[in-house]
Amino acid sequence: MSVTSASPSHDRPHWLALDRLGVLITLILLSSFLLPFALFRANRILLGDGLPLLASMQPVAASVLLLALAFGVGAALLRLPALIKLAAGFGVLTILFIAMGLSAETLMPADNNYARVSPAAGFWVLVFGLALLVTDALTRLRLGPWTRIGILLGVCGAFWALLWSGLWNELSILKEYANRAPAFWNEARTHLLLAFGSVAIAAIVGIPLGILCYRVRPVRAALLNILNIVQTIPSIALFGLLIAPLAWVAANVPGAKASGISGIGVAPAVVALFAYSLLPIVSNTVVGLLGVSAPAVDAARGMGMTWLQRLVQVELPLAFPVILTGIRIVLVQNIGLTTIAALIGGGGFGVFVFQGIGQTAMDLVLLGAVPTVVLAFAAAVVLDAFVELTSRGGRRA
Amino acid sequence: MIEIDSIVKTYEGVPVVDAVSMTIQPHTICAVVGTSGSGKTTLLRMINRLVTPTSGTIRIDGEDIRGIRPYELRRRIGYAIQGHGLFPHWTVAQNIGAVPRLLKWSKADISARINELLELFQLDPSQYRDRFPSELSGGQQQRVGVARALAARPNILLMDEPFGALDPVIRAKAQEDLVAIQQRFGTTVVLVTHDMEEAIYLGHNIAVMDAGKLLQFAPPKQVIGRPATPFVQELIGTSERPFRLLSLSKIADHLEDGDADGDPLPATATLRDAYSELLWSGRSAAPVEKDGRLVGRVSLDALARLAARPQ
Repeated sequence: MSVTSASPSHDRPHWLALDRLGVLITLILLSSFLLPFALFRANRILLGDGLPLLASMQPVAASVLLLALAFGVGAALLRLPALIKLAAGFGVLTILFIAMGLSAETLMPADNNYARVSPAAGFWVLVFGLALLVTDALTRLRLGPWTRIGILLGVCGAFWALLWSGLWNELSILKEYANRAPAFWNEARTHLLLAFGSVAIAAIVGIPLGILCYRVRPVRAALLNILNIVQTIPSIALFGLLIAPLAWVAANVPGAKASGISGIGVAPAVVALFAYSLLPIVSNTVVGLLGVSAPAVDAARGMGMTWLQRLVQVELPLAFPVILTGIRIVLVQNIGLTTIAALIGGGGFGVFVFQGIGQTAMDLVLLGAVPTVVLAFAAAVVLDAFVELTSRGGRRA
Repeated sequence: MIEIDSIVKTYEGVPVVDAVSMTIQPHTICAVVGTSGSGKTTLLRMINRLVTPTSGTIRIDGEDIRGIRPYELRRRIGYAIQGHGLFPHWTVAQNIGAVPRLLKWSKADISARINELLELFQLDPSQYRDRFPSELSGGQQQRVGVARALAARPNILLMDEPFGALDPVIRAKAQEDLVAIQQRFGTTVVLVTHDMEEAIYLGHNIAVMDAGKLLQFAPPKQVIGRPATPFVQELIGTSERPFRLLSLSKIADHLEDGDADGDPLPATATLRDAYSELLWSGRSAAPVEKDGRLVGRVSLDALARLAARPQ
């Protein structure tokens, strides 16, 4: 008789045991029933009434959703393989999103363009609980970078299909979108241009500055300190501070105005975002270069590489994953920060956020905030995957 | 020939290498021994201008190295260091081909040279060319490191504790390989080590350094028999002296006529091996064989005479 067969779980399958995170997810999902599922308002700026799940949709839709949620709880609670948990999480989320659309269709009175139906706290708690299930499963699966990008594309595709199908058209946030579709895409373009453009300029300037800091020690302390100070200026203040000098440049430097420079608008926004991006890029470049294995650098010198050959062939390739990590930090940061650029007329999704705050129209705030969050999240996933891809082979030793 | 002429290196006024002069003959191995902080590594790094001397001259084949651009000088001199210093993002083939590529050899020449060196170091090219350093064992990484240093057929090879990170068995093999390769190509080797045993085994000449000064520069036999200072004697180890002396010669060089009982010893073994074997098997003499036939004998009495302090 073998010793191992004496374990208590011998006569029970392995998966028939409680998953500790699953208990937490179950509690989160159950707590959502104490909160309203959907919010009905007579018009877009009123407070409105919260409706429980059962009162939010047709009985058939409600029972399907409840069944799916029960299934999700089962998948969370039991120690099932991560792949099954992942499939369950995505499946229940899909049904939940479809149900939300159906709920809006049910609740919206006919021929009334002023009423609004939006997701309420209960819905968001359900989304959070299921997202936890999905994230936990993804973490356990330890997927490779390409698979992660693939899943991201899949999720984006699913969302696009959901929006394209028109299932969500009765939801408040899409009502706001329908009223502003051309402006939305216009601001989206501005937002991307500001966020990616400022990071690109910061990379073009910051990486050489980082190399300079790495090679010339006195410059390193001075420059990093200055950039540290810039980083601590509150973002709204920095946007504001740039108005006066750029207005002066526009007025006094010939040709500046013609090339689009002015005290408000895109120019100060790009300058401010660029200033915030420099520190992470410069410092990550320095840290990455300093982290290159000393024997490798010594060998490169000893075999007769010139400093440029050493930099291009050995130091930069080995430091690249760390530099890319800096770019990832800055890109995610700038996608969020760009919303503030709207304050000084820079445009971007912030336009909707500040209009919404002004009109106390929360749906309009969401129309600006949700795409920003989605964009930042997608950028983080894609760049994390790239960081992992570039550090392969390189630093396994 | 490497001529080091009253070379000095000071850091903030403190001499690290203090007026060292020595001449390293071509086609020999010079082992530089010392404790850490003795200045041995700094001395080595001044030969390929990784460190600039404060004063003094170094000449290679009569040419002052200050007249050669550092990177051009370094491409002519092989350089191998402890922990191999291989580029982790390059394959074995790219690593070995690094200096030939800097020297703009043709692709075909580089590729042929890589295969030649891998075979020399008993690494099958078809299997190892495209591996990354992290996919090799410590001993293999070290061999690739030396192969890379030799890639452009340098006349001079500088080695800084090249075997320091290896376990004793692999280190012994690496030392044997180095001796074989040095004899085959006639490379002038300057090797820094803190291990006197290694210096005695490898060096045609040993340079003993302490606190930046060159205490003695002489063949191993003389360093063992006539240590220049008490420090050199301490480094050799008083109780080890006779055995180190024996380890310098092969049985073949001290054959006696006659015969003896028991298993024969190979003529290529060192006298130290012979002494050890005789003591262990309880014999006073043993036959010696060379190429499968008996050529004479070796005896405890003769070994005892050879182990005595040279006159």
